[in-house]
Amino acid sequence: MSSGVGSTEPPRSGGLGFAGAGAGRFALETRNQLVGLFGIVERNVYLTKRYFLWDVAFMVWTIANTLTIVFIARAIPGITAAEENTAATVLLVGATIWAFLGIIFEFMTETVAWERWEGTIEYTFMAPLSRLVHLFGQGAYAVLYGLIRATILFFVVAAFIGIHAPEANYAAALGLLALASLSFIGVGIMTSVLPLISPEKGAQLGFVCQGVMLVVSGVYYPVSVMPEWMQWISKFSPATYALRGCRASIIHGTGMVWADVWPLLIIAVLATPIGLAVFKVGERHAKRHGKLKRSG
Amino acid sequence: MRDLRKTFRRRDRKAGRFARKRAWPALDDVTFTMARGECVAILGQNGSGKSTLVRLLSTLLIDDGGEARIFGHDVDKDASAIRRLVNRVSVEASFFKKMSASENLSYAARFYGMGPNQTRTAIPEILGRVGFPPDRRGEAMENLSRGMQQKVALARALLTSPVLLLLDEPTTGLDPRSKLEVQEFIRQVRAEHDATILLCTHDMAEAETLADRVGILDRGRLLFLEPVADVKRRFGVETLEQAFFAATGREFVAEEGDSNDDDEYREVFG
Repeated sequence: MSSGVGSTEPPRSGGLGFAGAGAGRFALETRNQLVGLFGIVERNVYLTKRYFLWDVAFMVWTIANTLTIVFIARAIPGITAAEENTAATVLLVGATIWAFLGIIFEFMTETVAWERWEGTIEYTFMAPLSRLVHLFGQGAYAVLYGLIRATILFFVVAAFIGIHAPEANYAAALGLLALASLSFIGVGIMTSVLPLISPEKGAQLGFVCQGVMLVVSGVYYPVSVMPEWMQWISKFSPATYALRGCRASIIHGTGMVWADVWPLLIIAVLATPIGLAVFKVGERHAKRHGKLKRSG
Repeated sequence: MRDLRKTFRRRDRKAGRFARKRAWPALDDVTFTMARGECVAILGQNGSGKSTLVRLLSTLLIDDGGEARIFGHDVDKDASAIRRLVNRVSVEASFFKKMSASENLSYAARFYGMGPNQTRTAIPEILGRVGFPPDRRGEAMENLSRGMQQKVALARALLTSPVLLLLDEPTTGLDPRSKLEVQEFIRQVRAEHDATILLCTHDMAEAETLADRVGILDRGRLLFLEPVADVKRRFGVETLEQAFFAATGREFVAEEGDSNDDDEYREVFG
């Protein structure tokens, strides 16, 4: 038997009793946290494999739903073929980013709800994994998974409808989406605390946040058509800049425009620490009121 | 642990949905110490506060007063240090049901810094020790019996080498054979390592055979914590059931099933 397994000595890998210098301890702790982050991603890979057919069904549903939206472009009377193509692309980009954001919000909001449902929540929250790493690991997998699904969705629907995007700069669109993802994870961390505070209604409130964000961000229309107060709110939504930038990159081949990049950078820098602070307050509330527990 | 208190505010279900919330004390000035390597059993009926105690020591609850320290670390102020030292087995096995035993153990081990190279050998080894059949390691947890799942839960707790092991009704709901196997494994862990074990149970026989000292937690209050022989002598009785009756004036009614604390108050105050 190797030492450590079944032993009741302080864990060798845990750092307690580690005799090295501060830098060594920091390195060890960082390594442990990265292993923990890998664990979150690895678990999600296992679950995706187990629920693969669900994913296929969900993908088909998303494609069908997106088609119902993109076909609207064909029904607009009195426009040229080129204008119809542009309208279809505008709608497709909106639907794709809606789907992408939906996956990130679902993963983040369900971070607590899944573990509560499975009964593992107490084990995860009593483990020596920093909350930032825990939530960021969940967000990282959501972004990877969401990007794969969004890419499939975009190209399948584009092929089905016959959208032409000869000038498209997909690299710039992907770059903007990656940058926006950091902000989406931060906002997602804020919403992920909701099921912790309200086990029964928290997940639904998360979806309300997602819906509100997309409404003000101009998902299928320009932000300028909304009332002024909504336009003002849209300035704080990362989806506004992601949608605008991705549309410009795909329709006009524009690269990553600084006017879209800097707001995304600022929101990304602010969203994660604020999200984490909100989550910690919520976690403490849950611990004080006995809500950090499995259901059923 | 000194004067540890925890109170929940809950609506009395019998008083209706709009009744005012009232305070339900789950732990009421609980004080005791444990020596390293000791096994202490806390006995109590559903609703006595056992799970609250375990969840407080697991850093899953914040107390309302008093203090709890584990190897010098305060459970609230130094929670991250505590988390490296403690693991637990609860009455519910609690796993991702579609994932296999090996996958669930990998997931748990990663949080404690165990990478794939370590778990590749450590997981088969620990599963072997708890008597888990090697050919079922890849099977989804939902296909395993309750006894099997509880063995995996024990393996999960021991895989991370805890200094303090919290066992919250680890054998509740198991068939007699599985119960004996789990108890035997707990004995082995104690014999081979200087495991410090806090066993919360309503199984009097289990407490008597496994623990160095036994305490009774009743309505959040720890009535005593002594070796079994001293308890019997103190009350002049032959069994722990009789001691419980002598100490509380009530019969001990052990109820099988989930002893989740939020449900506990109904038995305590119902």
